[in-house]
Amino acid sequence: MTTQTPNGFTLDNSGKRIVVDPVTRIEGHMRCEVNVDENGIIRNAVSTGTMWRGLEVILKGRDPRDAWAFTERICGVCTGTHALTSVRAVEDALGIQIPDNANSIRNMMQLALQIHDHIVHFYHLHALDWVNPVNALRADPKATSELQQAVSPSHPLSSPGYFRDVQNRLKKFVESGQLGLFKNGYWDNPAYLLPPEADLMATTHYLEALDLQKEIVKVHTIFGGKNPHPNWLVGGVPCPINIDGVGSVGAINMERLNLVSSIIDKSAEFNRNVYIPDVIAIGGFYRNWLYGGGLSSQACLAYGDIPENPNDFSPEQLHLPRGAIINGNLSEVHDVDPRDPEQVQEFVDHSWYTYGEPGKGLHPWDGETNPHYELGPNAKGTRTNIEELDESAKYSWIKAPRWKGHAMEVGPLARYVVGYAKGHEDIKTQVDGLLRTMDLPFNALFSTLGRTAARALESEYCSRLQRHFFDKMIANIRNGDQSTANVEKWDPSTWPKEAKGVGMTEAPRGALGHWIRIKDGRIENYQCVVPTTWNGSPRDSQGNIGAFEASLMDTKMERPEEPVEILRTLHSFDPCLACSTHVMSPDGQELTRVKVR
Amino acid sequence: MPAERPERVLVLGIGNVLWADEGFGVRCVEEMAERCALPDRVRLLDGGTQGLYLLPFLEEADALLVFDAIDFGLPPGTLRVLRDADVPAFMGAKKMSLHQTGFQDVLATAQFTGGCPARLTLIGCQPVELEDYGGGLRPAVAAQIGPAIAEAVAELTRWGVPVGDGRTETGDLADASIRRGAYETGRPSAEAACRTGDDRFFPATAKETA
Repeated sequence: MTTQTPNGFTLDNSGKRIVVDPVTRIEGHMRCEVNVDENGIIRNAVSTGTMWRGLEVILKGRDPRDAWAFTERICGVCTGTHALTSVRAVEDALGIQIPDNANSIRNMMQLALQIHDHIVHFYHLHALDWVNPVNALRADPKATSELQQAVSPSHPLSSPGYFRDVQNRLKKFVESGQLGLFKNGYWDNPAYLLPPEADLMATTHYLEALDLQKEIVKVHTIFGGKNPHPNWLVGGVPCPINIDGVGSVGAINMERLNLVSSIIDKSAEFNRNVYIPDVIAIGGFYRNWLYGGGLSSQACLAYGDIPENPNDFSPEQLHLPRGAIINGNLSEVHDVDPRDPEQVQEFVDHSWYTYGEPGKGLHPWDGETNPHYELGPNAKGTRTNIEELDESAKYSWIKAPRWKGHAMEVGPLARYVVGYAKGHEDIKTQVDGLLRTMDLPFNALFSTLGRTAARALESEYCSRLQRHFFDKMIANIRNGDQSTANVEKWDPSTWPKEAKGVGMTEAPRGALGHWIRIKDGRIENYQCVVPTTWNGSPRDSQGNIGAFEASLMDTKMERPEEPVEILRTLHSFDPCLACSTHVMSPDGQELTRVKVR
Repeated sequence: MPAERPERVLVLGIGNVLWADEGFGVRCVEEMAERCALPDRVRLLDGGTQGLYLLPFLEEADALLVFDAIDFGLPPGTLRVLRDADVPAFMGAKKMSLHQTGFQDVLATAQFTGGCPARLTLIGCQPVELEDYGGGLRPAVAAQIGPAIAEAVAELTRWGVPVGDGRTETGDLADASIRRGAYETGRPSAEAACRTGDDRFFPATAKETA
């Protein structure tokens, strides 16, 4: 049957149905079903979170000052971002002002997380959608060296011997049967287009990225006291500054700040010399594979982040842009107000929850989480073993958030589209430069590759911002301000009887908001609307499809039984289902099942 | 197994404390810090839900001891000890939560980079309950913390690491607000916090309603 969605997509579910469950190399559990026509082109897409989402309920009745520690444990990826969003929500509710150094330190930590996540995502989760490490075994190390020097002349690691060593290591690893890292691949699929030398170069950078990521997170260890799961504090940051102190424990001193400074330089260098050149080189081989744009040319949402000054979240003060684009109109960027009950709303008509009446949307401050699991009349299988979902009914544990009723894409590409449309200078320069280098038109940005490229550009921009806030903090300390926390309102007796607040950040994978209600010193309601809820959302009561679903539409699959193209596009969102849904399969599958019906 | 004594040892607890018995590993490490005096060359670490972030800690260790909740297919509350080559293989056999995939990948990555500790011991406990978001350890699993620590002490002793009675000071554990005591006593009631879900992943619930 063919249906037209209000947001401009033509769905046809008459073709062969392909089920991918779970989608691998992501955080959390996700399932995807598509219908392909006789030419292998995707004509209908259904994305579903297979687990119940329930992180809000555990916070009821807790001390608001502790919420960060719980939200940090939600998942294994964006821990610090949840913590930051949480302390911002509490500070907003209680009217707490943080000092200047705390703002700079939080920004450096948040930027470290962005850079870490972007690099790890590209090299360790997403690269395998484009790069074939098994094919790298056939590469000529000398030709790889020439390719490296052509792609990035200033990268020092480029000798034939260096690539030969890596190739030998890879060979040993593959021959020992320890394919663990590279299993679940479809290595002979014609969707892989790189020559062996590019595969070897990228696999080598996978190893370099592994070394670098260990350095990047030391920023968290230094400012957050520990890592994994660094410490945060309502009112500021939990690290005192004593610039003249000595030793490796205690307050932040010059020795540790020098280490932070050197890490910032290393990250910046890697972004410039390795990450961006790799995206350009790999992207060049896939320049005609411009599927996957989905909602990005139509509807993008960004809350913005990285405030220049503490306690000021007005849009012109944010280095990562805030705004909303709807109906594909890039000449108008709407401001976003997370407090407005008419803007952000969550719908559950196609989600396994109930609000008691159909078509109802709830603002997060009034959010409800009442599970209601039932399969539609056309679903196949049983309640415990679903063969095929019925997307005309309820079909996901993810709610459907909408901005003024519109399904939105969030994440690096959305931020860059919003930034570009607003005339953000750094973003505009980067995007124009990339398109010029790759000789691609502006519309090429609205694609899976565009999403992947935006992430690389953003990583590089974040490195520059890190340097900015490092210098800013040093100047501030030199001016005699060593303050890192404001504890005036630490004591609950200073709080109003009831308060509500909202915290917003840009997580690596997109706009993240926490809405809190506090009553008698305890959390009364806590709602998180996470990026993958936006991107992975099911249809809403109007029939609008979400960003994942839209991005898969009209993609040509080389071999429908091998979902390389589906994974490639879904991975480009860097999905994190752990916090958008609830994960706990007692006997999960080791390998992805792909069923063609 | 390498003959020489490991110089640096990492004792790691992994799991998500928010998923009932999934928190077993983290709670073992917390408890061990309260009961055992460990020498400086032993690092006691709450690995929480993290994956790749743990790689540098693995690379700097000669021996690794991991506490975790594992689905061995044994009666709930059963403790099992696995060593060396059996560890990653077993962790890969059943994937019941995302952090395990993460940790299995971390081990594989450490092998690829040549940074995997020469000795590997896993002390695992069969969970009673995972289907309880926001819940704490069930009594049968909580009761295994003591025996698990005893196993760990025995293993460390075999590795030539002296373990005394007392405490170990470390900044590598969870924030006080989510340590076991505060976490389990501060839990909201079942009425206030709905705790059910999808029949595919909550077979116990499915059975009740069937």
